Amino acid sequence: MIRARTLMLILLLLPAVLADVKVAKAIENHPPLANPVLERRYQHLTEEIRCLVCQDQNIANSPAPLAANLRYEVRRLLFTGASNSAIKRYLTRRYGDFVLYKPPVQPDTWLLWFGPFALLLTGMITVGFLVRRKSRLYEREHGEGRVP
Amino acid sequence: MKRARYAILGIPFVILAGLVVTFWAGLLHHPSIIPSPLIGKPAPALILPRLAHPDQQVTRAVFRNHVTLLNVWASWCVSCQYEYPTLLWLQRHGVRIIGVDYKDRHKPALDYLRQHGDPYVEVAYDRKGLATINWGVYGVPETFVLGPRGRIRYKYVGPIPLSVARRTILPLVQHLRISEPVS
Repeated sequence: MIRARTLMLILLLLPAVLADVKVAKAIENHPPLANPVLERRYQHLTEEIRCLVCQDQNIANSPAPLAANLRYEVRRLLFTGASNSAIKRYLTRRYGDFVLYKPPVQPDTWLLWFGPFALLLTGMITVGFLVRRKSRLYEREHGEGRVP
Repeated sequence: MKRARYAILGIPFVILAGLVVTFWAGLLHHPSIIPSPLIGKPAPALILPRLAHPDQQVTRAVFRNHVTLLNVWASWCVSCQYEYPTLLWLQRHGVRIIGVDYKDRHKPALDYLRQHGDPYVEVAYDRKGLATINWGVYGVPETFVLGPRGRIRYKYVGPIPLSVARRTILPLVQHLRISEPVS
């Protein structure tokens, strides 16, 4: 019983521990921007832009030198007064849509965005079809009555 | 009825075949090679000091009226050494190559060119690797082929194997010389 409770405690604390690791991984080599609004936008943007060297990391978390250069570019563009979408456009024009962590919804990503829902729908229709056929078969063999 | 049941039995195999094709294609796809959106576009801005004469500048004007290879390299880059014989081969076959020295130190870069032989007509010096962000460069080596009107026609990421230079790049350079006459 005590064991189970300890396990529960560990499971409950695990997210906190993991979050702590995430904080420890921050590799920003630049002091926060003086303007808090710009700093917030900077945090947001660097989390949405992919590092093209270590492709499973955003530039906020990547220690690659290229990521440092891309962070520098984001800061530079923020200071010029560019909007978030203008900064993203600036990068996609050079590196392609791959540089964005969240792919834009456009014809060549429709399969990516809506494919899973299409699969789910197909599965639901198939299951519904099979269930109806099975229950009809049951009724035919056992006559009218309640299906258990 | 019976035929319909056999058709249903076939569905898992169709799905399996689809997955095999998808995963097979995924294995052949190289994730570190990101297709460039710059193909077909005019050369992005380029203003950099010359490596040999830092007081002089290299600009986009170097692409005018010539088919040019733009090769991004560095003296610390091991795969660039692997690529070097290919660049020298292209140079021997009359291809005009412009280099961009990427995140390098001045002296090792010049020593490197002296030691290995210099395939470049001109080398620009991107000390911090910031100017080449305009070109979507994310590593070394990377190579662009530009037509005589300064449009990007081709990009190769990674060291160019001699076979690619022979089969793709040299024919493309020769083709561009004819198909895009200078004005």
